[in-house]
Amino acid sequence: MPEVLKAPLTVEFPFTRSLGPVQSAFLTGLRERVVLGVRTGDGRILVPPVEYDPVTAEEIRDLVEVTPTGTVTTWAWNHAPRRGQPLDTPFAWALVRLDGADTALLHALDAPGPGDVHTGMRVRIRWAEQRTGAITDIACFEPYDGERAQPTGHLGQFEEPITGIVAPARLDYTYSPGRAQSAYIKALSDRRIVGERCPSCRKVYVPPRGACPTCGVATGEQVEVGPRGTVTTFCIVNIKAKNLDIEVPYVYAHIALDGADLALHGRIGGIPYDQVRMGLRVEPVWTEDSRYPDHYRPTGEPDADYETYKELL
Amino acid sequence: MTRDIAVVAFAQTDHRRTSDELSEVEMLMPVLHDVLDHTGLQTADIGFTCSGSSDYLAGRAFSFTLALDGVGAWPPISESHVEMDGAWALYEAWTKLLTGEADTALVYAYGKSSPGSVRDVLTRQLDPYYVAPLWPDSVALAALQAQALIDAGETDEPALAAVAARSRTAAQDNSHAQLRGSVPHGEYVVRPLRTGDCPPIGDGAAAVILAAGERARELCARPAWIRGVDHRIEAHGLGVRDLTDSPSTRLAAERAGAFERPVDTAELHAPFTAQELVLRKALRLDDTVSVNPSGGALAAHPIMAAGLIRVGEAAARIHRGESDRALAHATSGPCLQQNLVAVLEGDPR
Repeated sequence: MPEVLKAPLTVEFPFTRSLGPVQSAFLTGLRERVVLGVRTGDGRILVPPVEYDPVTAEEIRDLVEVTPTGTVTTWAWNHAPRRGQPLDTPFAWALVRLDGADTALLHALDAPGPGDVHTGMRVRIRWAEQRTGAITDIACFEPYDGERAQPTGHLGQFEEPITGIVAPARLDYTYSPGRAQSAYIKALSDRRIVGERCPSCRKVYVPPRGACPTCGVATGEQVEVGPRGTVTTFCIVNIKAKNLDIEVPYVYAHIALDGADLALHGRIGGIPYDQVRMGLRVEPVWTEDSRYPDHYRPTGEPDADYETYKELL
Repeated sequence: MTRDIAVVAFAQTDHRRTSDELSEVEMLMPVLHDVLDHTGLQTADIGFTCSGSSDYLAGRAFSFTLALDGVGAWPPISESHVEMDGAWALYEAWTKLLTGEADTALVYAYGKSSPGSVRDVLTRQLDPYYVAPLWPDSVALAALQAQALIDAGETDEPALAAVAARSRTAAQDNSHAQLRGSVPHGEYVVRPLRTGDCPPIGDGAAAVILAAGERARELCARPAWIRGVDHRIEAHGLGVRDLTDSPSTRLAAERAGAFERPVDTAELHAPFTAQELVLRKALRLDDTVSVNPSGGALAAHPIMAAGLIRVGEAAARIHRGESDRALAHATSGPCLQQNLVAVLEGDPR
């Protein structure tokens, strides 16, 4: 068993989401320290409010102000907060039914310890100092034994209502590419390009993915291919990609390495972009410390006959 | 619906905490070969292929297309994918066979949770406006449900520990399971749930083959006939729901015909101990029913495959003559958000 390769991988994206009229009013309200619910057809007040009745699917738009005080309906003690969660000290997750509402809102409850939390306890909203129109405008709930707050009579009309949110998402992985691709990557570090042969149809796949897509069986026999190959088809890239210091236009090509039954792709250099052609014979160019060919350049051989690569297009 | 359709074969990997040395297709492929071998079918004999998986688990974009290499999908086959547990892929395949467009179907699912932090990954399936920005992890949400049951007087921590112990004891007979036998109930993860109340995190895959009518009888000595499948969903707001009950499971079971006659076996997809209690109540299962003889999701929980495995385990018991009428349940989402129920029967013996 070859050494298992691993590398950190972060997947990160800011999701930009538009809001419906009820969501917009609710989140704008939080910015203004007003909590709004929505009334369903059967007269229940939903907080947090939704655009459609969860029972009948009717569109619902009747906004009703509720209060920032409420009652815990269930809770769970989180002694080890995780990244992104509302508090970085131990806290309780809680579903809280705000006074005037018929449903509960999920948020954090800041309490000293699990012995200080119980279902039925009274809590109130602790507002975030910086509020932008997001669920995190509620910093958390906190224990509260005072009077039930009164609604201010807000009708849900705001100056400059927000119409969307940006929700950043980030997930961290430790990626491992598996047996076949690990072997491929390991061979690349010796500047060798190694594919795998299907035991059934005998085709050589490079880069290998571990399985023959025609036969559905594992590939295993390693076959060194290239280093020379043939351009089977190509395109001319005219748009400069972000963070890429390659001048445009340049050519990106499918290259059938000698001995391979599947073309891989790479950039073509060492030749003006408008002289690249199908059948051009090329070889990899490795730059210092590179772990894969930087690009492919012409070998100077005569072009390959179309018949020799037409099955690899 | 005049066509009888059966599960005729089932296979699964050994479920393990990590599978670093294998890509997803490398993990999946032996299971595909295994399930085909049970029936003597070749890939080319399969009328329809449907899979369930999620790219978010391993952080590998379009992993389901790479997994198709293991099927032998070139030249192109009739194929579909759901970004859901494989039980829902089975539902699609069952529907396809009902239409008469295919006589056999291969259904598979896989999950490779080891590269990521699955508690965090699962937050990304939550309501993106009001819930996901708080990053409430999967154990936290299950803990809210468990506390609601405790507050309602329906269970307590020792009873939850007993569910875990019974599941992992049952798993001693299941060589594929990840947690078997005596497992310490451990410390709180999110109170009231302890490590023992939570499913193991692991990698694995499973596959079943469906066949219609006489084809099923040719391929399997005792086919597990699917008498009904239905799936239903709760309101998406956690605070709208009664977390101590699962009306969607009850409705799905009713529509699948589960209450028409008693079942002798139930494979329930309850990743957390407290959820088994909710499901037993919703499905009206009494002590005469053998619940999770495989050990269930508390013994092995390859996400995206664990629901399909419930169907496969129930079917396999019918194949072996250990059950005549079994219920299989699959779930998805937080706190039993979505629920699928299938009812399987063997021919009279």
